[in-house]
Amino acid sequence: MAKNTIKKDSGFGVAQLILFISIAILVIFVAWPVLLILFNAFFVEGKFNSLDFYNVLTEPETFQALKNSFVIACMTTVGSVIVGTFFAWLVTRTDLPYKTFMKSLFLVPFMLPSFIGALAWKMLLSPHSGYINKMWMEMFNTTEPLFNIYSYAGIALVEVMYLFPFVFIQVCGALERMDPTLEESARISGAGLLTITRKITIPLVMPSIMSGALLIMLYSMAHFGTVAVLGIEQGIYNIPTLIYEKIHQSAGSFASIRTGTVLATVLIASAALIIWTQQKILSKGHYQIIGGKSFRPMELKLRGLRYPLLFFCLAYIGFTIVLPTVVIFLVGGVQTYGLSILDPNNLSLDNYKYILFEYDVTRDAIFNSVTLGLAAAFITMFAGVMISYVIVKMKVKGKGILEFLGMLPFSVPGSVIALGVILAWSGAYGINIYNTVWIILVSYIARYMAFSLKANSAALEQVHDSLMEASRSCGASMWQSLKDIVIPLVKPGMISAFFLIFLPALRELTVSIMLYAPTTRTIGVAIYTLNEDGETVMSTALAGIALILIVLGQMLINHLTKKASE
Amino acid sequence: MENIIKVEGVTKSYAKHQVHQNLSLDIVRGECFTLLGPSGCGKTVLIRMIAGHEVPDEGKISIDNTVVTDSATGEYIPPERRGLGIVFQDYAVWPHMTVFENIAYPLKMEKRPKAEIEELVMRMIDIVGMKGLDKRLPSELSGGQQQRVALARALVADPSVMLLDEPLSNLDANLREEMRFEIKGLQEKFGITVLYVTHDQEVALALSDRIAIMDNEGAIRQIGTPYEIFEQPADLFVFKFMGIANFLHVTEKAGKFCVGTGNQEVPWEAPTGSAASWVAGFRPSDVTISREANGLKGKIRRANFLGATMDYMVEIDGETLRTELETHHAINSNLMFEEGEECYITFKALHWFDAKQLEEVAE
Repeated sequence: MAKNTIKKDSGFGVAQLILFISIAILVIFVAWPVLLILFNAFFVEGKFNSLDFYNVLTEPETFQALKNSFVIACMTTVGSVIVGTFFAWLVTRTDLPYKTFMKSLFLVPFMLPSFIGALAWKMLLSPHSGYINKMWMEMFNTTEPLFNIYSYAGIALVEVMYLFPFVFIQVCGALERMDPTLEESARISGAGLLTITRKITIPLVMPSIMSGALLIMLYSMAHFGTVAVLGIEQGIYNIPTLIYEKIHQSAGSFASIRTGTVLATVLIASAALIIWTQQKILSKGHYQIIGGKSFRPMELKLRGLRYPLLFFCLAYIGFTIVLPTVVIFLVGGVQTYGLSILDPNNLSLDNYKYILFEYDVTRDAIFNSVTLGLAAAFITMFAGVMISYVIVKMKVKGKGILEFLGMLPFSVPGSVIALGVILAWSGAYGINIYNTVWIILVSYIARYMAFSLKANSAALEQVHDSLMEASRSCGASMWQSLKDIVIPLVKPGMISAFFLIFLPALRELTVSIMLYAPTTRTIGVAIYTLNEDGETVMSTALAGIALILIVLGQMLINHLTKKASE
Repeated sequence: MENIIKVEGVTKSYAKHQVHQNLSLDIVRGECFTLLGPSGCGKTVLIRMIAGHEVPDEGKISIDNTVVTDSATGEYIPPERRGLGIVFQDYAVWPHMTVFENIAYPLKMEKRPKAEIEELVMRMIDIVGMKGLDKRLPSELSGGQQQRVALARALVADPSVMLLDEPLSNLDANLREEMRFEIKGLQEKFGITVLYVTHDQEVALALSDRIAIMDNEGAIRQIGTPYEIFEQPADLFVFKFMGIANFLHVTEKAGKFCVGTGNQEVPWEAPTGSAASWVAGFRPSDVTISREANGLKGKIRRANFLGATMDYMVEIDGETLRTELETHHAINSNLMFEEGEECYITFKALHWFDAKQLEEVAE
């Protein structure tokens, strides 16, 4: 028998090359734009100047935007924590009827882009022409509207409606995984249900509540859409909308860029602080009491309240999801805006036909969003696999730099990326892609890198090192092993990364709004600008199309992930 | 005898933790060699360095007279060119490939003709007792079956050496015993050299031609046949690692070695050497217990009925020891003691160790 023997001549170390490419991608797409922002914020005419930073920050307009961002974020966070925790408790710890179904219903708001929600609420509750307000004023013969959505409370309420699932998911997970013996032993010791909830349950789920709350805080501070749709009329600006206003109206003058970079710096700092706090909370020791196993938790009997509470949940979903969606589709179909949306003679599919096939602004927007989304998803998916592979699997010197850079995409909000990309790619450094689709593509890659890294590193962590070592020892080179073993096993992670990028990119607004040119509008931009220009019907019809695309995409994901897990 | 694997002066550390210091080892062609040591002693690191998944900081490793890694010259041959078969603790069977595809993979990498691959793989599947399961995915197999696939995959390309890293530790006790004999059978059938890593003494004794005992610092304490390791331990660590051990402290009184602080002399040849103080080591099965006044006089401190055996704890002048005997023998020979009864102890085997070692090992 011919013994399998040693083959001399060896390959070369490709590890360094891959590491270098990975670092280069993150530096070019993420780190460099962020650095340019910090540089522009602190350096005036090449000199460090923190006094000027302070001066810009304390200008009344800037300071007001900071305050607004903070106030709206706090209101939204508190509201979302209350709503999210309450519903999470209802569907995990009580005998509410149809619990599993209700749980999936509460995740639906995730799909609805909040600026489309805001658009719907504007049509329902704007102080004079909102349908609900009009009805109220007619019914009670008054000139006082029922509720003015153009207010802090209005903005925060709309944000809560579409952001609370962040808390809901986290708390549901924690409550489901919590070891029920912890509660049972308290019960055996004679503690009542209230005491148990206060002393045992709440402290145990607190880290999850906090972590969800911080996510919402971060999201809301940097959130553009809702505030842009509902706030600008009353002069309520937050950080991203003020950055947009500055850049948009003064066409890139020095003063406006400076204000933008200073505001962006504040956002970066807040984001870093929030992410850091979240990591701290999640890594605390007592969080481990919640194991990975599934238990049957103790259920509270709701008795007579079972059906009233079910009704309450359904009413909440109906009010926050169904009502706005219906309004979008109805208004999108009206022939004459201003006439009743409930009159069948006033409704048709003509608008939808028009914006899909005839109106070039919307047709281009749909084409742009789909191609940009596909391209960004492809590129970011592959870049994400490579970078995650280096971080999770490879042992090379200098990996620490990459690990640090890999954290960056998670903590850079969209409007910061847009501003950084303008600074980096508008010709100041040799390449000018401003006003083209390429600059939007570049910013999408930066914006969605975090999703790709998360999905891919989670998938890679499932692939045990020994699988790759086994194939190496079976005679496969590193590349061959990647191709035969790692890639097929990571494929589900890659597919989910692809859709995690493609779907949000389809409805992206925050970044695109700062970078669009007349021919490079995306769906989000088209909805927003048409609405600004008073083309309410066209704007809503496009929003309806966007909702259909999103729902179809989500169904496709669900189908694919189900297949992958089988 | 020809050495197939030579490990020379290998040193390896992670951050500040040193795993191996100047370790040398030779493995003879055709033998089944076991590295036996407590968990975390660095056995796996050594096997990974031989396989090429780790690089030693210092030292040289050769396989089949070819240097595969040498810190002095920077020579390094990657794992895929070392021609080894490896079986991992967690099987490492690829979950997206069928049994056939898993086993065929090494042959595919050698670009063998399709018909030959087909024939070799089917024969291998037959040998490991997996006939008819070739189209299954690993998720449809039991742990033992997955381990058979891993074995077949490691053997199919006819490697010069097969490395097994705790391959049985994830299996249940019955299956472990069955697979143990199967691995031995395969090794004899293929005449292949096996390097086996485990912390399980029983597996090591049953399987090996030679055993190396590794201590917690990753140093080799003794290399020998299973019989030598068990009957002639080089030191107290080896003795203690190979099974339950009793240690009696003794005091020297005018050339006599007496148990504890009393005056009874240990009924065994006196130790030779220069230790400051000594302990006598023996296993529960090395002890003979009786009611007749012969040997050391002691008292039964605890009597435990364990079904097939009786387990006694005996106190002799402040020292305690454990012994066991078959229940039937105990009943027939009037050796069913009660707590507090007197008894007499002699030895069938006994080793003298330096008392200092006992403190070191206990740490």
